[in-house]
Amino acid sequence: MTAATTRSANLRRTGLLAAGGALLMLALGFAAVPLYRIFCQVTGFGGTTMRVSEAQAAAVKVAAGSISVRFDGNVDRGMPWKFGPEQTTQEMRIGQRKVAYYRAQNLSDKPITGVASFNVSPDLAGKYFNKIQCFCFNQQTLQPGQTVDMPVLYYVDPAIMTDPETRDLQQITLSYTFHISAQDTANGLDRTERAR
Amino acid sequence: MATTADNFQAHDEAHGHHDHDHKPAFFARWFMSTNHKDIGTLYLIFAIFAGIIGGAFSGMMRLELAAPGIQYLDKFSALFGVANPTFDQSLHLWNVLITAHGLIMVFFMVMPAIIGGFGNWFVPLMIGAPDMAFPRMNNISFWLTVAGFVSLLASAFVPGGTGQGAGIGWTAYAPLSTYGASGPAVDFAIFSLHMAGAASIMGAINFITTIFNMRAPGMTLHKMPLFVWSVLVTAFLLLLSLPVLAAAITMLLTDRNFGTTFFDAAGGGDPVLFQHLFWFFGHPEVYIMILPAFGIISQIISTFSKKPVFGYLGMAYAMVAIGVVGFIVWAHHMYSTGLSLNTKMYFTAATMVIAVPTGIKIFSWIATMWGGSISFKSPMVWAIGFIFLFTVGGVTGVYLANGGVDDVVHDTYFVVAHFHYVLSLGAVTGLFAGFYYWFPKMSGRWHSEFLAHVHFWIFFVGVNLIFFPQHFLGLQGMPRRYPDYAPAFEKWNALSTLGYKIMAASMVVWFINIIYAYTMGKKAEGNYWGEGADTLEWTLSSPPPFHQFETLPVIEDKGHH
Repeated sequence: MTAATTRSANLRRTGLLAAGGALLMLALGFAAVPLYRIFCQVTGFGGTTMRVSEAQAAAVKVAAGSISVRFDGNVDRGMPWKFGPEQTTQEMRIGQRKVAYYRAQNLSDKPITGVASFNVSPDLAGKYFNKIQCFCFNQQTLQPGQTVDMPVLYYVDPAIMTDPETRDLQQITLSYTFHISAQDTANGLDRTERAR
Repeated sequence: MATTADNFQAHDEAHGHHDHDHKPAFFARWFMSTNHKDIGTLYLIFAIFAGIIGGAFSGMMRLELAAPGIQYLDKFSALFGVANPTFDQSLHLWNVLITAHGLIMVFFMVMPAIIGGFGNWFVPLMIGAPDMAFPRMNNISFWLTVAGFVSLLASAFVPGGTGQGAGIGWTAYAPLSTYGASGPAVDFAIFSLHMAGAASIMGAINFITTIFNMRAPGMTLHKMPLFVWSVLVTAFLLLLSLPVLAAAITMLLTDRNFGTTFFDAAGGGDPVLFQHLFWFFGHPEVYIMILPAFGIISQIISTFSKKPVFGYLGMAYAMVAIGVVGFIVWAHHMYSTGLSLNTKMYFTAATMVIAVPTGIKIFSWIATMWGGSISFKSPMVWAIGFIFLFTVGGVTGVYLANGGVDDVVHDTYFVVAHFHYVLSLGAVTGLFAGFYYWFPKMSGRWHSEFLAHVHFWIFFVGVNLIFFPQHFLGLQGMPRRYPDYAPAFEKWNALSTLGYKIMAASMVVWFINIIYAYTMGKKAEGNYWGEGADTLEWTLSSPPPFHQFETLPVIEDKGHH
């Protein structure tokens, strides 16, 4: 090979490597979406609660300590629902299952499908807060004027008592926010109007 | 692309030596340019033009902020074709101004000037290369940047929700940028970032390939001038951070137009994820703007102290360290998003670590001057001004790095003062230092040293008067991004606006100086700074020939720089 072709091959190789690096970062940028979701689900980051099956829940032993859970419910700005918890707090033994109810009412004159986002505070309790059943697992459709009671079946993992960051915790706040579902938005509910 | 380099050589040989300074005709030379010096010049002219627009926007903002209440925004609306704006539309214009000022100054002023302009001009000259590795890609980079700028300007004239233009902040946080702003303005702004980003990524590939493959014989990586090192590190930061921004804003675009919910809780998305992605790009971005200025300052301090830079290797690897650590500190922009205590502790500590390599640079510049034979030519005065201003901004940066402190001053004018001290005062002072250092080399004409000093002192007084009082405003609790404020803040705001007027006057001196240089300026010789200016660009005439280094210079081994 002549010097000129060697050099042009070198240029091409370095250029392609650099372009490959840029493409890799582009892919990582998009991959951040599922990775971030998995990261939150696994670590309870930002107070993300855990979802467990009936079988997993059955294996949990009730521990000696007790803890209190406080309930909070909101709707996104402009969502024509009334939504809130039916009890302020619940006391229970750590590891014991409990059912809490929220009540939602559609105040508008058309059916609306809502989807609930959720977390707990303090954030660190997220990985110990386990839901067996929850209205937030599915979308909820309410007919005009309809009122519905929505249950959540949960327990607090006894491991919370061995974590030095959380063992002194006496109360966990569970919060839900209802949003108009993306499908309803696509079907003509103007979200810009809503944001105003 | 690689064949371009071959053609270039063939072209050179075919024309022989007597013809090697032959320049293409006007249109072909400036609109189809593949010459790194011409493209560098185009970038500099473009950056000055964009800087005037971005600077005018900041002037409109300072004018409005001179006194409490809304005085000017409704009148400014007429400039954008809204004759009788409602009150909300006037307030929307404020959001458009802060957005445009930020985006223009970052993407269309500082980056094109410092990387596209000085980088294109002097990286090939300093490493003894005849041109950039991919000259035609260089041309695409420039014109894509122009197209991006046009797209951003166009966004000001189309609906963007409450009023005309994209009022989403340069950070474009969802949900304000998704369902918070209907109309095509935000889409135009996002496209603008796509184009500017693609241009910068191609520029980065070009610099990396050029620096790794086209250094003159004998110029090892550890003998490269520090400006070349700074551009190399910057190119890597661009290459690794901009694609992440591209991904994030593409998802914004599909959230806006195609019903996806990447950043919308209603569909299972998370708006905070956008902030993570944005700042994963955004934090390296601030080093992208300042690292080349570090390189310029190193050249200048060394030249006018007539000494090699103190601790050359430490200086080079301090920049590498800043670049690497810069990728793992992004969430210090997000302390108020509800991060856990441990996360805040990590990001506080990691952020403070950056002060170490930065300190190495500051102290090495001072050590270079120490015992040197210093001459206070205009670039040196600007460079020393840079060190002072950047250090002030660096100190408030260490202060803001604390998660606990940031809880108090987050989104106040203290933050505005901090990042303008490092960028508006730091990077821009570095740009002017580089301008006076290299202007006679690029143009072949001398500017007036007297006017350059006058420019410096008026600018220095002006910018400090603009931004120092903003520290006080921030600590007193004045929030950023608002066109109005409580009357208690009036004094410092009035002073800040006075500072803007002084700074603007210094720009007039600068333009007069440029006119002076082209009309009455003396011809500049090859190495007009004399002893101390020992990098390769000083071995060439001023301006350098259209094609240089057809015979590659050989770097002798005379120990470390």
